[in-house]
Amino acid sequence: MDLIENSLLALSGLRANKMRTVLTMLGIIIGISSVITIVTIGNSVNQSVAKSMSDIGANKIEIAISQNYVIDENGNYNYEYIEQTENDMISEEMIMKYQKEFIDQIDSISLKKELDSTKVTDKDKYANVSVIGVNDGYAEVENIKILQGRFVTKKDMEHKKKLAVVSDKFIQNMFPNESPIGKEIAIPINKETNYFTIIGVYEYKVQGSGTGAERDLSTSVFLPITTVKQITHTVDGYTQMSVNGKAGMDMDQLTNDTKQYFANLFEKNENFKPEVYSMKEMLDEMNGMLKNITVAISAIAGISLLVGGIGVMNIMMVSITERTREIGTRKALGAQNSAILMQFIIEAMIICLLGGVIGVILGIGGGMLGAKLMGYPAIPSVAAILVAVGFSMLIGVFFGYYPANKAAKMNTIDALRYE
Amino acid sequence: MKDILIDAQNIIKKYYIGQPNELNILKNISFQVNKGEFVSIVGASGSGKSTLMNIIGGLDRPTQGAYFLDNLDMSQLSDSELSKIRNKKIGFVFQTFNLIARTSAQKNVELPMLYAGIPRKDRSIRAKELLEIVDMGERFHHMSNELSGGQKQRVAIARAMANDPSIILADEPTGALDSVTGRKVMDIFHKLHKEQGKTIILITHSNELALETERMIVIKDGEIIKDERR
Repeated sequence: MDLIENSLLALSGLRANKMRTVLTMLGIIIGISSVITIVTIGNSVNQSVAKSMSDIGANKIEIAISQNYVIDENGNYNYEYIEQTENDMISEEMIMKYQKEFIDQIDSISLKKELDSTKVTDKDKYANVSVIGVNDGYAEVENIKILQGRFVTKKDMEHKKKLAVVSDKFIQNMFPNESPIGKEIAIPINKETNYFTIIGVYEYKVQGSGTGAERDLSTSVFLPITTVKQITHTVDGYTQMSVNGKAGMDMDQLTNDTKQYFANLFEKNENFKPEVYSMKEMLDEMNGMLKNITVAISAIAGISLLVGGIGVMNIMMVSITERTREIGTRKALGAQNSAILMQFIIEAMIICLLGGVIGVILGIGGGMLGAKLMGYPAIPSVAAILVAVGFSMLIGVFFGYYPANKAAKMNTIDALRYE
Repeated sequence: MKDILIDAQNIIKKYYIGQPNELNILKNISFQVNKGEFVSIVGASGSGKSTLMNIIGGLDRPTQGAYFLDNLDMSQLSDSELSKIRNKKIGFVFQTFNLIARTSAQKNVELPMLYAGIPRKDRSIRAKELLEIVDMGERFHHMSNELSGGQKQRVAIARAMANDPSIILADEPTGALDSVTGRKVMDIFHKLHKEQGKTIILITHSNELALETERMIVIKDGEIIKDERR
């Protein structure tokens, strides 16, 4: 009794009982499709988050100075706002010393000062921008890709030049048909219009879920940080900085050393403390979280498939009772018990496999729709699909075995006489 | 000396052994059937003829006594071995036809060959031959539920012959048929007996049908009370 013969037989039986077959499959369909939906969405989110994280760079360490909320004697946090003065910031001197100390381990240091978001206009053209003063190390640490021209250099900073690096999106809006390098743009800073010459164009990267009209997208405009300081008359320190470790460095070690270094510097400061994060730490943390979510989803999937499997077992029990006489006849005509066992296991497997395949198709559809609605590119997980189909077959074997075994062990004479 | 096909020696069949309601269905039954005989086993319901048929057909084993089919001691065989014997040496025809539902006439006839492991092509050719013999050549592809009772029984007879068995064992084959179609089925048995020399055992409660056969074994209360050849 070969597999094809059994499968054809099972299919003809299932076709004769369409409604019942569909109802039986429903449990498996719902189980598998919900898993595939969630996994597809999860996979899409995961992939784009991982991509934007790797765009940022796994060698990056961020150092930020933030207020140190102390706990008073009653155990309450003191949320009183304390003005951050130059003494509570990272000074140029600290940065230079740090750079000297870790010269073998770090590639570059990035500094920035963020200004308010604003709008650059030129007649009827406009572009939303957020203005950021940066140093020469910024492009490398933040993985900025220059498409035309160049980025801010040390010389630009020394001379406090009025230069700007803008995004390709900005160019699309402001200079759709001409070369932007050397063009002048007017940027309102602190209600004063300042003119800057474009020296470079960088590639804008979509960050996470970009919703809203593409036209009104706000992109960064980079200016030399010294120029920004001069225009805004701000204090000389920095509240944050980023460091790029050299390739092949032990990032955990560098992170710890950096933590220790800044902790020592701010040891005597009661109100402010440095916080050091590495991208690697955050990636590890996120991967751990995603793993937990996957485990949770798998558990839910397991439960729904268990219920679906019990449904299949139930129907198979009904089916073999209905077909008792057929089983008796087959055995009388010389079917070995193993042939009867195979026949019904294959039938259960086909129900589950069909349910699984339908579930996968629905799940991919649902997942892609979900991912699209959330603004992520839909990426179905091939591994999850294969596992789902394989697992549904396994359910068929597992839950089909008991009824099939019951059928195989039937007493031939009793089965033949069954009314 | 004739070839002895069936040799039943002092067969006893009991149910509920050792319990207060112990049933003695077959009491010391002995008989022989030669190759090529057309025998009827007659008895009222409850006489034990169905139990005897189950033992002859290899569906059941005697409690005591020996049963040889083609010189093979059937009481010593395992379930799996009995399945093989049923498949190759016995062709069952049931009162209720017992065709497989939602399956074509041809596939029904192929079934014993399927379990015997005969290749698809050979099965198909043989099934068509057999259906021609029982005058069902036109209905290879008809589903079993599209056939009338008489047609079903003819397909069942074709199926019984699939593996060219030593005996055809027919249990009340006309019991569910009207007299006209029943007649046709009996004619097919006679044809198989005369033209192909098949050994046929007909189990029936009807004296009338039994009188058509060469030999009549009458069972009453688990014992053979008459065994006559004509």
